[in-house]
Amino acid sequence: MGRTIGLWILLFALWLALSGHYTPLFLAFGVGTCSVAVYVAVRMEILDRESAPFHLSWGVVTYLPWLAWEVLKSNVQVARIILSPSLPINPSMVHFKGSQKTDLGRFIYANSITLTPGTITTGIDDDDFEVHALISDAVDGSEENEMNRKVTALEGAGAGH
Amino acid sequence: MTALLDGVSWLFILGGAFFTLTGALGILRLPDVFTRMHAAGMTDTVGAGLLLVGLCFQAGDVFIVFRLLLIVALLWFTSPIATHALAKAALHGEMDPDLAGLSDPSRGGEPSTS
Repeated sequence: MGRTIGLWILLFALWLALSGHYTPLFLAFGVGTCSVAVYVAVRMEILDRESAPFHLSWGVVTYLPWLAWEVLKSNVQVARIILSPSLPINPSMVHFKGSQKTDLGRFIYANSITLTPGTITTGIDDDDFEVHALISDAVDGSEENEMNRKVTALEGAGAGH
Repeated sequence: MTALLDGVSWLFILGGAFFTLTGALGILRLPDVFTRMHAAGMTDTVGAGLLLVGLCFQAGDVFIVFRLLLIVALLWFTSPIATHALAKAALHGEMDPDLAGLSDPSRGGEPSTS
């Protein structure tokens, strides 16, 4: 029930932010649209911890800026490789062990790896992540381990709820 | 104040343009589909991200800033999924990644003289 109301409030907030028209008629349209959308989601039984992960909200607030900074750093690294005349690449397939417990946690970790230029997740088998790396010595460093740790912490932060 | 905003805006937009251009150059220079994906990833994460953040400083309206940031969020959530799908499809199509450094003599040093 909390998840249903939470989704409705989130959708209506998005409607308010995107609409820009605050006359009673438009507000009523907003209420109607959000209600229908939430009703359909409930009917289809797709509202669960994975589709509406409100329990991750606070963790994401600190995780996203950190991820953005990591993405920026590795972008600079990849840009330097591309612009260097000798093109010093060393492509390889490497395997990571992820310590996440849930599929959602693994999904976040895999997407974070892919979002970071220089590494692409090509497959997941339980806790084994198959990753294509542009330069192999960039991946077994501490950065990926730190990402693994942070995603596990993010996932664990909402476990009690 | 406007001059300062314009300056910051310029900085972000030029940064975004640089990464987008470098990503495009990478697609041309890198040898196979997997390595090229890394270069393509630069354009839609930091390239588009910096450009849109730069535009935020020109918006002058908090609602437009919010919409621009929504576009950034959408790109950041969808682009890794698209990249993963592409990589998976390439592997499924039995396209072997070009491994072992092509221009790195320290790793095996097999010259590609086939």
